[in-house]
Amino acid sequence: MKVSLNWLKDYVEIRMDLKELINLLTMAGLEVEEAASVGEGFEKVVVVEIHSIRKHPNADRLSLVEAKTPQETFSIVCGATNIKEGQKVPLALVGARLPNGIEIKRSKIRGVASEGMLCSEIELALGQDASGIMILPPHVPLGINLGEALGLKDTILDISITPNRPDCLYVIGVAREIAALTHQKVKYPLPSLANHGEEIDQKTSVAILDQDLCPRYVARMIEEVKISPSPHWVSDRLEKVGVRSINNVVDVTNYVMMEYGQPLHAFDFELLEEGRIVVRRAKEGEEFVTLDGVKRTLDGEMLMICDGVKPVAIAGVMGGLNSEIKEDTKRVLLESAYFNPAGNRRTSKKLGLETEAAYRFGRGIDYGGCLSAANRAAQLIQELAGGRVVGGVVDVYPAPIKPNPIRLSVKKIHQVLGTEVFAKQVRGYLEDLELEVQGESEDTLVVTPPSFRGDLEREIDLIEEVARLDGYEKIPITIPKGPPSSEERSKEFLIERKTVDTLIYHGYHEVITYSFTSPASWDMIGLPPDDPRRQHLRILNPLTEDFSVMRTTLIPGLMETVCHNVSRKNSNLKLFELKKVFIPQEGEKLPKEVKFLAGLAMGFDRDPHWAFSPRPVDFYDIKGCVEDILDGLQIKEVKFRQADDIPYLHPGKASKIVLNHEVLGVLGEVHPQVLGHYEVLGKVYLFEMDFSKMVKGAGEERRFQYLPKFPAVYRDLSVVVDKSLEAERVMEAVRTFRQPFVEEVTLFDIYQGPPIPEGKKGISYRIRYQANDRTLTDEEVNQYHEKILSRLKEVFSLELR
Amino acid sequence: MLDELERLQKEVVISISQASTEQDISEIRVRFLGRKGSLTQLLKRLVTLPEGDRREIGKRANEVKEDLEKKIEGTLLPIRERERREALEREKIDVTLPGRRILVGRRHPLTQTLDEIIDIFSRLGFEVVEGPEVELDYYNFEALNIPKGHPAREMQATFFISDEVVLRTHTSPVQVRTMEKKRPPVRVICPGAVYRCDSDPTHSPMFHQVEGLLVDKGITFADLKGVLTVFVRQMFGKETRLRFRPSFFPFTEPSAEIDIECFICGGKGCGVCSNTGWLEILGSGMVDPAVYKFVNYDPEEVTGFAFGMGIERIAMLKFGINDIRLFFTNDLRFLKQF
Repeated sequence: MKVSLNWLKDYVEIRMDLKELINLLTMAGLEVEEAASVGEGFEKVVVVEIHSIRKHPNADRLSLVEAKTPQETFSIVCGATNIKEGQKVPLALVGARLPNGIEIKRSKIRGVASEGMLCSEIELALGQDASGIMILPPHVPLGINLGEALGLKDTILDISITPNRPDCLYVIGVAREIAALTHQKVKYPLPSLANHGEEIDQKTSVAILDQDLCPRYVARMIEEVKISPSPHWVSDRLEKVGVRSINNVVDVTNYVMMEYGQPLHAFDFELLEEGRIVVRRAKEGEEFVTLDGVKRTLDGEMLMICDGVKPVAIAGVMGGLNSEIKEDTKRVLLESAYFNPAGNRRTSKKLGLETEAAYRFGRGIDYGGCLSAANRAAQLIQELAGGRVVGGVVDVYPAPIKPNPIRLSVKKIHQVLGTEVFAKQVRGYLEDLELEVQGESEDTLVVTPPSFRGDLEREIDLIEEVARLDGYEKIPITIPKGPPSSEERSKEFLIERKTVDTLIYHGYHEVITYSFTSPASWDMIGLPPDDPRRQHLRILNPLTEDFSVMRTTLIPGLMETVCHNVSRKNSNLKLFELKKVFIPQEGEKLPKEVKFLAGLAMGFDRDPHWAFSPRPVDFYDIKGCVEDILDGLQIKEVKFRQADDIPYLHPGKASKIVLNHEVLGVLGEVHPQVLGHYEVLGKVYLFEMDFSKMVKGAGEERRFQYLPKFPAVYRDLSVVVDKSLEAERVMEAVRTFRQPFVEEVTLFDIYQGPPIPEGKKGISYRIRYQANDRTLTDEEVNQYHEKILSRLKEVFSLELR
Repeated sequence: MLDELERLQKEVVISISQASTEQDISEIRVRFLGRKGSLTQLLKRLVTLPEGDRREIGKRANEVKEDLEKKIEGTLLPIRERERREALEREKIDVTLPGRRILVGRRHPLTQTLDEIIDIFSRLGFEVVEGPEVELDYYNFEALNIPKGHPAREMQATFFISDEVVLRTHTSPVQVRTMEKKRPPVRVICPGAVYRCDSDPTHSPMFHQVEGLLVDKGITFADLKGVLTVFVRQMFGKETRLRFRPSFFPFTEPSAEIDIECFICGGKGCGVCSNTGWLEILGSGMVDPAVYKFVNYDPEEVTGFAFGMGIERIAMLKFGINDIRLFFTNDLRFLKQF
């Protein structure tokens, strides 16, 4: 909210510099986001008094003016005819630069020197009037800068107002805060209009049919107004706080809204049929054209201001085109009402009409202030538009709202804030805020908030006010007593850290991609129509279609990251993401959220280096990483099973990762067709695992194992088998033979080509034999090894080399 | 024979003076002092001499032999020294060649920042809990004292899955879920992704928050100030100036935002702090009694505080990152920097 410092000064004294004021407001919860200086640029334009006016010797239409300040006298040649001796006018001195770009120079006009130029409103950009010199009010001091003299120089504070403080959305509200914080009383404007008189009752009437939405409606009438542009001081103030000046009557309604926080509406009374106001809900489907010329369709919950026949405004949101103030308006009916905030918000939201008025009604205005705002506005209209205020007020307020008294325990303040305050202090703070305080006992106060503080309903609300006024900085700093959380760090959290560490050591960079993706992703990664991952949650109001569904797999996010990087020549990539996917569940409102881990590698294992030759990464690089992760988590007995049915993976280079007959995830080379969809060249390898299953499968913490006391004996084993036989099968077989002392079987070589026959391959394994209680003898080991060889021959009909 | 000795001695001296390698020296040794060497041969011939000559020449010959041995040894030492030096010289390498580095990866800067936050709060006795990202309106709004139609809902542009289900707009719903499950005392932090329909250099439709909650008997606003002061000083340095500024959140009261003095300009005002000299980094407040009603805690018996912060915001300040979207495009050149 923009507030003019000069305007504020009308109601409260500000005895501090700007920096202190900003700090004062900010530390009371009215955060000043910006303070801008305005109204500069009237240097060398001074206020002078016209001392004499004579005819120009050489020109009939010009006059020679002598103008004075207390110190100096100036001779000026002037063409205007509206000036008189004794008037105060603005004089632009030599060297002044006017807002329209004209620079004043020393000059001779028809042979007579002129020491400056008397200016009109339009030349100073202070108004529309070009007809003559701008005549200044008699009280303006002479000789001073015009900007200063007219109060044009100003500071505009931009204050961020939290939703609980609608009472600070206007100048008087902010002034009230400053007054409370500096122990002053607000100087409220005092309209001199009388409320009494019955004249208005003979001319119009107001009927509220839907009191729940309109608890109060105040109306005043002003006759014989003359619509014209506002004087400069009004339009200037409005424009400085961001309100466009329209005409004197409309400007007054806006001015009073900015001042009192009461949105007002001015109707052209002649356009109100039957000359009366009816407040009622709209008819379902009723149509109405608002001020902005747009035809709106209403529903039965929207409150309308109507005349005797038809709607003339959407209550508290926007007026209608059919009753707006026009240039020829003579009689104005002024509305100052209180509308139900929730109802108002609903209407404004449903119609998509965010007006200043709706914003204020929606947050709650001062229902106690409708009348004074109406009076203030009526009086200003009379002053600015020359009309006459019709005697009396219509004030329909069938059930006046009374704020409930709140009991406040001083002890409770201490319990919540941890700071010591005394009842007397508390009373002082609350009274400074214009709250009514009665002492009930030593400890308890009974506090009644004013009508403009609808946010104060409970004890805690008052405690906050005390904290604010006393100052948060006065509250001490302590460390909470009590035990730390007793729970252990979650297993999942530790497993997550361990997993990420392994990936980091393998050279993988962590990425974080959006949880939403495009529904086209499923086609991009080639999921068949019946793939369960196509069952996704859809966002009703996505930013774009690309971000419209919640992901069910991490793969599209990783592939898009690849695209981004490859197009920027980052083509050696190792990436991973450990985040949630969202699986809709039949009959449940919320999806199942499951953490997945996915990794991806492509390009070379490193950049060219004098000491290494870069090697293209392949299947076994990511497999190695997966193995290290699983090993780190003590997940044992994992099987890698050939899989040709994973839609986005190469059917010959893909594997399922299986733990106890359950698929943990998949691993393999990305299907060339999928790469085609993403327009990625080269080969890409990836894995994706259900992290929640990894957590479940993770083993116990490692236990120390005694180091073997006796040396191991190694025997190698080279076999020639069918090319299609999986290397793992032989190792598995060796383990299943359960020969004694076989501690470990590793594969260390694999070979194809001569002398191995076509269609066969040679594999070499090493077996470690070890006993706990002695050194095994060669004969012993040979015996076991022989047995293994002969059994292998039986099982696989293989050849030994 | 004496002449012969003299000649021999001279010959050796000349040879030695010409020797440049250890090899040369050992050849000299062999030539003169070896089993078949000329001096050895000469000494062998001593027996053929008459007794008197034998003694004289013998003595002289031994002197010459010793002298030669000394000379040889004396020459050998510097030669060896030099050869050793030259050998090392030949092995010299270029220390400026790049080393063989292990190419480790990096954690995402957001994870690094989050880990730091978690570590600080862990030391303060907080436990990490997580909650759903697709959340019921009830937990995201209602139970946090933000009923339907409340203006505070407009502060958080919400993605909807249905009337009742939203993408959580903050991590605060985890507060409610935690209190539903657990009786006080509660000391938790809840990190995670949150969502709002916004996208520009300072807003991302997905970002991350950490929520904190401490509820127990006798917890005060002073405790809130204490815990968050410790956090700020550990995160941003122990000299960091901070202030607690009154603010508003529907689920806390009194509420406070925590600003730290802008470390770019030292509080003078600059573009980063919008000329205020302060950077907003945390929202906090005493848990509103209305929230306790939803979880059946007795506000007369327990009090507590909650706080929340944006991880991106903190990471952007910490690392000097100017565009929030960089976190989610995952350019390798970006990821490698942290």
